[in-house]
Amino acid sequence: MPKNPRRGPKKNSRLVSYLTHHLQMLIASLGYLSRQPISSLMTSAVIAIALALPAGLYIALDNASQLSADWDGTTLISLFLKHDVSVKKAEKLATRLGLSKEIEKVRIIDRDQGLKQFQKISGFGDAIKFLDDNPLPHVITVQPVIDQQSPDKVVHLVNKLQNEDLVDLAQLDMLWVKRLYTLLDVARRGVWIIGSLLALAVLLIIGNTIRLDIQNRREAIEVSKLIGASDAFIRRPFLYTGMWYGISGGLLAWLLIAISLGIMADPVQKLAALYHSSYELIGLSGSNTTTLIIISCILGLGGSWLAVGRHLSEIEPS
Amino acid sequence: MIRFDNISKRYPGGFEALSRISFHLPRGKLAYLTGHSGAGKSTLLKLIALIERPSRGQIILDGVNLNNIRNKRIPQIRRNIGIIFQNHHLLYDRPVFDNVALPLVIQGYRHREISKRVRAALDQVGLLNKEKVDPITLSGGEQQRVGIARAIVHKPALLLADEPTGNLDPELSREIMELFARFNLFGTTVLIASHDLDLIKQMRFPTISLNKGMIESNDLLTSNPQERAV
Repeated sequence: MPKNPRRGPKKNSRLVSYLTHHLQMLIASLGYLSRQPISSLMTSAVIAIALALPAGLYIALDNASQLSADWDGTTLISLFLKHDVSVKKAEKLATRLGLSKEIEKVRIIDRDQGLKQFQKISGFGDAIKFLDDNPLPHVITVQPVIDQQSPDKVVHLVNKLQNEDLVDLAQLDMLWVKRLYTLLDVARRGVWIIGSLLALAVLLIIGNTIRLDIQNRREAIEVSKLIGASDAFIRRPFLYTGMWYGISGGLLAWLLIAISLGIMADPVQKLAALYHSSYELIGLSGSNTTTLIIISCILGLGGSWLAVGRHLSEIEPS
Repeated sequence: MIRFDNISKRYPGGFEALSRISFHLPRGKLAYLTGHSGAGKSTLLKLIALIERPSRGQIILDGVNLNNIRNKRIPQIRRNIGIIFQNHHLLYDRPVFDNVALPLVIQGYRHREISKRVRAALDQVGLLNKEKVDPITLSGGEQQRVGIARAIVHKPALLLADEPTGNLDPELSREIMELFARFNLFGTTVLIASHDLDLIKQMRFPTISLNKGMIESNDLLTSNPQERAV
């Protein structure tokens, strides 16, 4: 027995006929797009470029943050001790510092080691041999615990270490880290702005495409209205068409980004190798891809909703 | 079935297409609506199908006062009406079958029921062998018959036809009119707007004739309408 006996066995129940029509329109609108492949592809490509730009920038930012995080790990504070400090006192200080919560690792370089290293690296090896006395102080290198959220803490630590009695000079080139963070912040805002503008562009592109579709199918809309089609019934194929535009644009955007990353990967690796790093580009993760597709789908639906809302009511049978 | 109560229709700009029209078309009757072009025939049909709204007066359709029908409920009203146009209004991007099936698809009929009913409707208009054909390849008379099949496929209680024979030769016109008479035999109420006075006289059904937006004569009022005995 049908759930709604008043509708009789010849008609589907309201829910079934509703779902059936949705499914039909989902497929029919895809068929409609595939019957005009060139124009569908061109629309999708425009949407794809508009989506790929902010998504690509977002990934570039992701990569930049990753890179700076790597560098954070190697942030070191060098403590140049006063000249008259003995090795024993230096070691004592190093042990004490090593217990601090703010400090990850401590290493002591005594003045003889320092001199050897300097001879090796600096290329002044022969000249240094002529020195009567080792001019270098003992050095303690401190690797601070890095709190990504507040790079200022490191500065506080440096100030504290500077006030240690045995310390002549505590040095950290912190400024560039700060600058990088600030720069990334600025860039992130920029990406949001560009992304929002381009999302608006996608909305308008899809809206305009659907508007043209509505005009092309004016006759069918009029006839459908005359024989009792509800507004929702008429709206459906256009909404699905918009959704497909969005999704295909999103997929194409993903492809564009994947290709771009593929092109960039090799030179980036070479560049990283020059810095003795095995850095590799981060691509679009699964969740990022899903987000991209969902956003494009929503933009497609939204754009077609705008067009349908404005233009379907204008078409009335006369 | 249809009751017009003092209906006037004034278009923006002041042109009064209908003034003070009252008539009653009982259920199961067939009537003609005649008059010169511009007499208001099309406007009258549009008011019934809720394509236009009256400026004054009320229309009762199947017991429902159309003035009380909000735009959202218009589709429901139209599903009970079959409308036939002079220019067919077929959709040329799909075959005959799909054109005729449209009202059933809109109303959510089951797939098998749709096939059955579409074939039955095409059979009644004599186009059963044309279901897969594109309507553009059909002759004018055949296209009009596809339009009629689409109007009757969901078995509406009321058929409205606006100049259904406007572009057809006398022979075909007569065939179409006979078709409407046949539907009427099965209980459908039919209202046909036409200016083909000779043909209407031959068919001998009651006639309402309009002139400049007013009723000139109305056979439905007389006790002895020149109705054909069936």
